[in-house]
Amino acid sequence: MSRTIMTVDDSASARQMVSFTLQDAGYEVIEAKDGQDALGKLDSSVGMVITDLNMPQMDGIELIKNIRGKPEFKFLPIVMLTTESQEDKKKEGKQAGATGWIVKPFKPAQILGVVQKLLK
Amino acid sequence: MTDMAQMQQAFYNEAKELLPELEEALLELEHYPGNPDLVHRVFRALHTLKGSGIMFGFQEVGDLAHELETAFDRVRNGELEANKTLLDAALRGKDHIHALLYSPDDADPSGADAIRSRLQGLLADKGAPASQADSSGGEEVNEAPEAEGVRHVYRVRFRPPRDIFATGTDPLSLVRELAELGDTYVIAHTEDVPWLEDLDPESLYVWWDVILTTDQGEEAIRDVFIFVEEESELTIESVDQGEVSKEEEEPSRKLGEILLERGDVSQEDLQRALESQKRLGEILVEIGMASPEQVQSALAEQQAVQQTAKPKKESETESSIRVPAGKLDRLVNLVGELVIGQTRLAQVASEKDDPTLSSISEELERLSDELRDNALGLRMTPIGSSFGTYRRVVRDLSAQKGKDIHMVTQGAETELDKTVIEQLNDPLIHLLRNSIDHGIEDPQERRSAGKPEQGTVTLAAEQSGGNVIISISDDGRGMDVEAIRAKALRNGLIPESTDLSEKQILNLIFEPGFSTAEEITDISGRGVGMDVVKQNIEALRGSIEVTSEPEQGSRITVCLPLTLAIIDGLQVRVGEEYYIVPLSAVNECVELTSEEKRKARAGRLIPLRESLVPFIRLREVFSIEGEAPAIEQVVMVASRQNTVGFAVDEVIGQQQTVIKNLGRVYRQVKGISGATIKGDGDIALIIDVDPLVQEVQEEEYRGAK
Repeated sequence: MSRTIMTVDDSASARQMVSFTLQDAGYEVIEAKDGQDALGKLDSSVGMVITDLNMPQMDGIELIKNIRGKPEFKFLPIVMLTTESQEDKKKEGKQAGATGWIVKPFKPAQILGVVQKLLK
Repeated sequence: MTDMAQMQQAFYNEAKELLPELEEALLELEHYPGNPDLVHRVFRALHTLKGSGIMFGFQEVGDLAHELETAFDRVRNGELEANKTLLDAALRGKDHIHALLYSPDDADPSGADAIRSRLQGLLADKGAPASQADSSGGEEVNEAPEAEGVRHVYRVRFRPPRDIFATGTDPLSLVRELAELGDTYVIAHTEDVPWLEDLDPESLYVWWDVILTTDQGEEAIRDVFIFVEEESELTIESVDQGEVSKEEEEPSRKLGEILLERGDVSQEDLQRALESQKRLGEILVEIGMASPEQVQSALAEQQAVQQTAKPKKESETESSIRVPAGKLDRLVNLVGELVIGQTRLAQVASEKDDPTLSSISEELERLSDELRDNALGLRMTPIGSSFGTYRRVVRDLSAQKGKDIHMVTQGAETELDKTVIEQLNDPLIHLLRNSIDHGIEDPQERRSAGKPEQGTVTLAAEQSGGNVIISISDDGRGMDVEAIRAKALRNGLIPESTDLSEKQILNLIFEPGFSTAEEITDISGRGVGMDVVKQNIEALRGSIEVTSEPEQGSRITVCLPLTLAIIDGLQVRVGEEYYIVPLSAVNECVELTSEEKRKARAGRLIPLRESLVPFIRLREVFSIEGEAPAIEQVVMVASRQNTVGFAVDEVIGQQQTVIKNLGRVYRQVKGISGATIKGDGDIALIIDVDPLVQEVQEEEYRGAK
């Protein structure tokens, strides 16, 4: 199983929060600042994507749809970051093909828990 | 966890960009009221400030940003106007956040409240409910935990949607996750799987019933399915409630029991009638009212419920009886004979190719396996039972020597064959005595070496595969490698020219003749009677090793097999000879093709997954005549130092091996720990992996010199 995770977020600090946490746990992390950037950087080394929803250029839902559209990433675990007020977004994301979600604001342990669950 | 301060710095840097961006957008919004792009910019900046703020520990910043965000969310949805009052409040909010982050001491403590009340006024004007500020981030609702230790049986039925793979979810990993919660019995329902030509590989046709016995609550079970709960059919039912008490209330007797008691039917008649009776499950399957999977699933549930009920009953009636050790020994001997008989039967069955005979043989094998484990288990005792004696030795001896020594024990629950524990007594006491005598220094000496005055001796036991490892370590002065070498030279154990590694030198203390009586007080000496200790350990088919760090202390490690009598072995053949390699040491078997042989030439290395592993030809070690076949088999074993291969002609297979000791004459033969009787009555020698590897390595070493 690949231990490389891509984190997509327009907020550099949120990205770093994810990277620090995962790197500490021994994962490789690729950072992308929005959907466009993520699609450009996505390759077969990536074992999982964690994406924010609210982003300029291409938002998270679009990104998920785009990734699912590619045959080689059809089964790639994708986790979205949502806020508790975005219940409908959660549904929309699931329909677009997201595997799961992490509710913002989150604690490092929560991220790690989800990653370990999906990258088993 | 990386330094929180480092992460906070990342947030400071980001906020420094976000706050001016927010201010700019707010000011522009004054000029272009309601411009959706600007509203969106404001919203995004606030959103990030909120999320990151709370994550990095700035709760107040997060809360304030959350309230502003809520307001601008309304604006975005056209429910609220971005009028001057709101923009004013937002700008003040931005200033306040700035102050909280960069000059917290000057921040007006009531600033946030003033902004908050103004915002709430705005929101209330529109008849909207008060903001959700109270429920803003960071709250965690913890379910009241289930009472600990109470195990419940749950029936979890998990039917994922057919297109579950399309969301990157692996349903099997969820089932496995469930299995981590407790004991499970998993039934996969495969009834819906279509024929191959109709099968869509991207669809899921299987669903699961899991009977889970766990001390976790329903919440924990639901958590496993958190991402898929909505689309899946998921039922979690507790199935054991009340079962136990019900059984106790109505101890209804079965019909057969009553008839038997009245003398209306005989035991034999009853038995015959019961045997001819079909089980309910079989009947249901036969008439097509239930699928075999459904019946199996229900039976598993029944069993799980009964088993949770059982410990409760057992704890009330559990008792023990004392049995003379001699009786147990006889039992184990008999089981050994039974295993030999069974092995012979298995061999005959495989030759005869008669299915009836094979099935009897397999049945018997299963029973004798179980009987063996049970019989051997009877003799297993926790090693901790003897720790008390050792404590006493340490206490008395350290007082006698005027040393302050604290003893630490670990792994008291580790189980070992009772005979082994008894025979360990003398060697372990000897080793402890040595640690106290020679290892740990006087309090004064320790003080001047900068160590605590109280020395520590640690006695630890742990199970590792088929072995139990016992170690005795101290934090004393360690052993003097040079002194040991000098002494070995003096006593003629090694020639002047030998070039030995530090490890080899240290282990010289186990050589017979290393120490003599008059040298008991030797400064570095640990050698008193160490050869006897080694002999004792080897008689138990164990091994012993020492490591030491100057000034840090020494550690003696004893490695013992779990049981003495019967092991699982891998039978191999070289020429006409048969050998048994203890299965606990075997990692895998690979082929050595003639091409690899050519490549290896004189070198004894075989490629194994990107690394080269040394191998030993048993043919050479045991001087067996004849040529090796074109393709040899290599059995990879884990020796104490590393992985080593044994090249043999043929790997025959796994076999239960009853260990028979070799006679006195063969005691000195290294690399053979005993013999066993094969199915056809022949003898196979049991290979003692570590000594054999060591012997060959030493020989090569001498050869290379």
